[in-house]
Amino acid sequence: MDITLMYYLIPSLIMFCCGVYGFITRKNMIAILISLELMLNAVDINFVVFNRFLFPGQLEGMFFTLFAIAIAAAETALAIAIIINIFRVAKNIDVRDLTKMKF
Amino acid sequence: MFDNILIYFVVIPLIMLGGLALCKNIKQIRTVAVIGSTALIVLSVVLLMGYLEQRAAGAMAEMLYVDSWTWFTPLNINLAVGVDGISVAMLMLSSIIVFAGTFASWKINPLPKEFFLWLILLSVGVFGFFISIDLFTMFMFYEVALIPMYLLIGVWGSGNKNYSAMKLTLMLMGGSAFLMLGLIGIYYHSAPEGGQLTWNILEISQNGAIDKGWQYFLFPLTFVGFGVLGAMFPFHTWSPDGHASAPTAVSMLHAGVLMKLGGYGCFRVAIYLMPEAANELSWIFLILTGISVVYGAFSACVQTDLKYINAYSSVSHCGLVLFAILMLNTTAMTGAIMQMLSHGLMTALFFALIGMIYGRTHTRDIRLMGGLMKIMPFLAVCYVIAGMASLGLPGLSGFVAEMTIFVGSFQHADMFHRVFTIVACCSIVITAVYILRVVGKLLFGPVQDKHHLELTDATWWERLSAITLIVCVAAIGCFPNFFNELINFTFDGSIFKVLGMN
Amino acid sequence: MDQITSILILALPLCMFLLLGIFGNKMSHKMAGILGTLGMGVTLILAYSTAFTYFFSGNELFVDAAGNRLQHLVFDQTWLAFTQHLVIKLGFLLDPISAMMLVVITTISFMVHLYSLGYMHGETGFQRYYAFLSLFSFSMLGLVVATNIFQMYIFWELVGASSYLLIGFYYTKPSAVSASKKAFIVTRFADLGFLIGILILSFYTETFDFMTMTNAPENVLASTGGAVFMGGSVLTWALVLIFMGGMGKSAMMPLHIWLPDAMEGPTPVSALIHAATMVVAGVFLVARMFPVYLMEVTALEIVTVVGALTALYAAIVACTQVDIKRVLAFSTISQIAFMMVALGVARPDIHEGVGYMASMFHLFTHAMFKALLFLGAGALIHAVHSNDYTAMGGLRKYMPVTHITFLIGCLAIAGIWPFAGFFSKDEILVAAFENNALWGVWMTAVAGLTSFYMFRLYYRIFWWNEPDYEHHGHVPHDAPWTMTLPLIILAAVSVVAGFIPFGELVTWSREAYEIHINWTVAGTSIAVAVAAIALATVMYRKENELPDKLASRFKGLWTAAHHRFYFDELYMFITHKIIFNLISRPIAWFDRHIIDGTMDMFATVTNKVSYAIRGLQSGNVQTYVWVYLLGTLLIAAVAVICLV
Repeated sequence: MDITLMYYLIPSLIMFCCGVYGFITRKNMIAILISLELMLNAVDINFVVFNRFLFPGQLEGMFFTLFAIAIAAAETALAIAIIINIFRVAKNIDVRDLTKMKF
Repeated sequence: MFDNILIYFVVIPLIMLGGLALCKNIKQIRTVAVIGSTALIVLSVVLLMGYLEQRAAGAMAEMLYVDSWTWFTPLNINLAVGVDGISVAMLMLSSIIVFAGTFASWKINPLPKEFFLWLILLSVGVFGFFISIDLFTMFMFYEVALIPMYLLIGVWGSGNKNYSAMKLTLMLMGGSAFLMLGLIGIYYHSAPEGGQLTWNILEISQNGAIDKGWQYFLFPLTFVGFGVLGAMFPFHTWSPDGHASAPTAVSMLHAGVLMKLGGYGCFRVAIYLMPEAANELSWIFLILTGISVVYGAFSACVQTDLKYINAYSSVSHCGLVLFAILMLNTTAMTGAIMQMLSHGLMTALFFALIGMIYGRTHTRDIRLMGGLMKIMPFLAVCYVIAGMASLGLPGLSGFVAEMTIFVGSFQHADMFHRVFTIVACCSIVITAVYILRVVGKLLFGPVQDKHHLELTDATWWERLSAITLIVCVAAIGCFPNFFNELINFTFDGSIFKVLGMN
Repeated sequence: MDQITSILILALPLCMFLLLGIFGNKMSHKMAGILGTLGMGVTLILAYSTAFTYFFSGNELFVDAAGNRLQHLVFDQTWLAFTQHLVIKLGFLLDPISAMMLVVITTISFMVHLYSLGYMHGETGFQRYYAFLSLFSFSMLGLVVATNIFQMYIFWELVGASSYLLIGFYYTKPSAVSASKKAFIVTRFADLGFLIGILILSFYTETFDFMTMTNAPENVLASTGGAVFMGGSVLTWALVLIFMGGMGKSAMMPLHIWLPDAMEGPTPVSALIHAATMVVAGVFLVARMFPVYLMEVTALEIVTVVGALTALYAAIVACTQVDIKRVLAFSTISQIAFMMVALGVARPDIHEGVGYMASMFHLFTHAMFKALLFLGAGALIHAVHSNDYTAMGGLRKYMPVTHITFLIGCLAIAGIWPFAGFFSKDEILVAAFENNALWGVWMTAVAGLTSFYMFRLYYRIFWWNEPDYEHHGHVPHDAPWTMTLPLIILAAVSVVAGFIPFGELVTWSREAYEIHINWTVAGTSIAVAVAAIALATVMYRKENELPDKLASRFKGLWTAAHHRFYFDELYMFITHKIIFNLISRPIAWFDRHIIDGTMDMFATVTNKVSYAIRGLQSGNVQTYVWVYLLGTLLIAAVAVICLV
């Protein structure tokens, strides 16, 4: 069996849609963060795959993915720190209830 | 750069700002403010002397002390400076009022340091505006002068100050929006096809490249833009509320100098750069300003708040400035400039006195006061003098300004203009009505409120502030020809050649 | 006539004003009074020497070989140059009328200065009073020597302001304050006419200069090019408008309402300003412009009609007033109207323009005897502490000097030979008869009324019934010498002034001319005057019922006249009901609610709209993502449809 580009793109697409769905529907901030990570990883997969299939001689996609993973890690740490702080203040991490800073 | 005297009009206030920032107590603040404002007066006198000397030596250029420093090459923005007789007169006026304003806010409370910081920043804008001949920097200084007003009224004001501050700022900003559009329009038509575009007023007027169609579009924009600040009907309503809420020194500076920015701008930009449109469209604005003159005076007749009375009287007097400018002849325009000087000084005097009276009686309602002549004779006498200047008593500044305007306007060849002049003349009677009404109610008659009997007369700094202004008012009134000639030099320039008028 | 003297005549009073005005508070009353009086005294001497030199020196500057007097510009300094031609100059024009006015003003002013030393003794604001008197003297002197119409306008305004300040001298008294306000505003309104007149005139003639205009009045007429405005030639309009200024200052009907109220001021002020000098400024103005008026006879006819109506009106009203100062005020109005009529009927072809000379003559004599009467009234008020004649009566025993001098004043104004008023009034009547018999009869009747009301006043004050003075704890007596001396001097002048050969001094063409007394006219007028005095004697010499009976018999007329024919009420109606309530208030309302409302509406609408759409900016990222997704899908769909 010949493994084509599609074999990678379809799971990646499914992952991305799950991420979007989760991002839109979940109210728990941790869950939203997880959904966000899911989308990010789906994009990472695409980067790697497109690099592998379209420009096999080059490595930019790979590097970009590595960067993205590193930054995602940092971003997650930051996000979790914020969430923990919000939790400390509000005793709650439901996004619908966090309206204190709105007009 | 620093060999041009004009630049110091901006530099001194900037140094004052630095000095104020370092001040620790009210004494130091006063010292800085007094030294700075005295330096400004000295500077303006030096400028006046130098200017007259150069003119006497036969300098025929339209503007003297012309200089230009590049600021932003791609758009050809320069810090271009230069003065003619009008600017010199305006600079003198501003420095005198800043000086008097400093003394009038001797006991400002709270936050004296911040108050003076904003006040001086405002004067940076004012001085910068009058020395610039580059439209862009002119506009920039114009905005610098407007913004501090919001905070000055909002923080140190009285009464319904938030509303007034917001209203004043928004209306003037609205005017600026028109103005900016107009100025950018002028910039893009400032040179003939393929020439270097410029913001410099002198170059624009020399190029004369704005074609008539564009003039029709740009003239109303700039005239209304500046006219809002000059309290032109129907864009004058910021003036009563704004003045009523503003602290004393701010009212003085605003009515005394800032409103003059409007008239000066109308002349320097709208009419100077677009004379053909001005000639053809002047009738529309003539009607509006004519209404201003009479309407402001009538409105002032029934007000009960001292500051409102004065604000409406300003509408009337400033209306006369724009009215005269639109007559497009030398005499009337000279009169307009004189009226700016005169109104600036006397209205500053009025606001200073109202502030001083309010500081004692804690009311500005004329129905609640009476017989102040007995209680505070000095302030009352000054008030009478200011009133007399306002209703045009010979020997004080109002008379010469108004008469120059009326005589000049009546020389207009067109019947319509002459009839409107007569309408404007009627304001001298109405002015007498409202001035005497206030004077009679406020100063004369029996003492209305027994608590007022314990009040004291003016302190030395208040006296200094009032006397400075009165001396200037009387100087213009007694020796008008000096100012007449100072201003008149300017009108020998090219503007009227464009119109084919003398 | 050197420049220094002429400058000093103006500068001395001005310096006194500044000195007393600024440093007055640091001086004692006595010091201020003496300084002011001395200053005026020196001015008086200078003015007398100037006038004497002008009239009698025979210097070729002042009189030409044929004996005609010349106009002489002592100096003429540019003050403000509007255009090349229209220049306001401050100068000193010496000619017969200005020289005469110099004498009148300085004489009366000095008398008043002297008199006030006694009258105002111990008043608060004594220094201020003298400062204002000096200011007034300065302005009035500047007015009469004006070389151009704008200089006159400048000093015209200044006398108005000093009159305002002096009427309102007792500023704690509400009636004084409102009287001063009224005086200023009414005259201001008239000055508006004056100003517009000047504008129109200068627009055509391109000059303000009196000499240019009056020496070649036909050029003035020619310069208008026969322009017509609303049925009248523009020159008529200009002249009538200028006369309107004169009507205001000289209290001609219907702009007379301020003068009776102006009596709220101190009595010497009334004598100086509101009887002798300022109020004749209007007459002086018309006299100054007289050659130009001759170009448009319509304007002169208007002057005549206004003058005649005013004369009759004021004389009738004067018969019914109780306040002695008001009687004198109405009498002043009536006498000034005489002068106006005299100018109005003057024509060069009738008796060498006798009306002009008569007008100036009457101005001169009237100033003397009316100042005398006012100062006498001041002495009476000073003694009785009331303005009403009801509080007086039988005073001839207590105040002999005042009595005699007042009587002389009354005889002079009534026009009895040989008192001053006889000569000048006779000339006026002659001029009126020569012009039109109607005016002659009319003015003779008014002259009769004059005698009647003056003697009514005289008898009510000095005869009638004596109130119980001792009961009030104060027996009236003659005033101190500072007050009686001016009375005596003025009385002496009133007796002899008629014999001044006025025709040789002041005529319209400045040619000397001899006065002939027309004994027919003079005889009639004396007869009428004597009859009127006799009637007054019958009615008022002793207390009786006759006046009351007559008053109730002609109740309507009497009440109307007593209320001055409701002019004040009419003005009150116009100013308060119409100007304030129907113009000012609606405008103020319109400004607050319509204009400002529109501006506020912009703000409110912006505010409302932003509140309405702020829900879109919810801050909820999940909603944003939804909208974003939908938007993306929509664009994709559109793209697909377009591409396919």
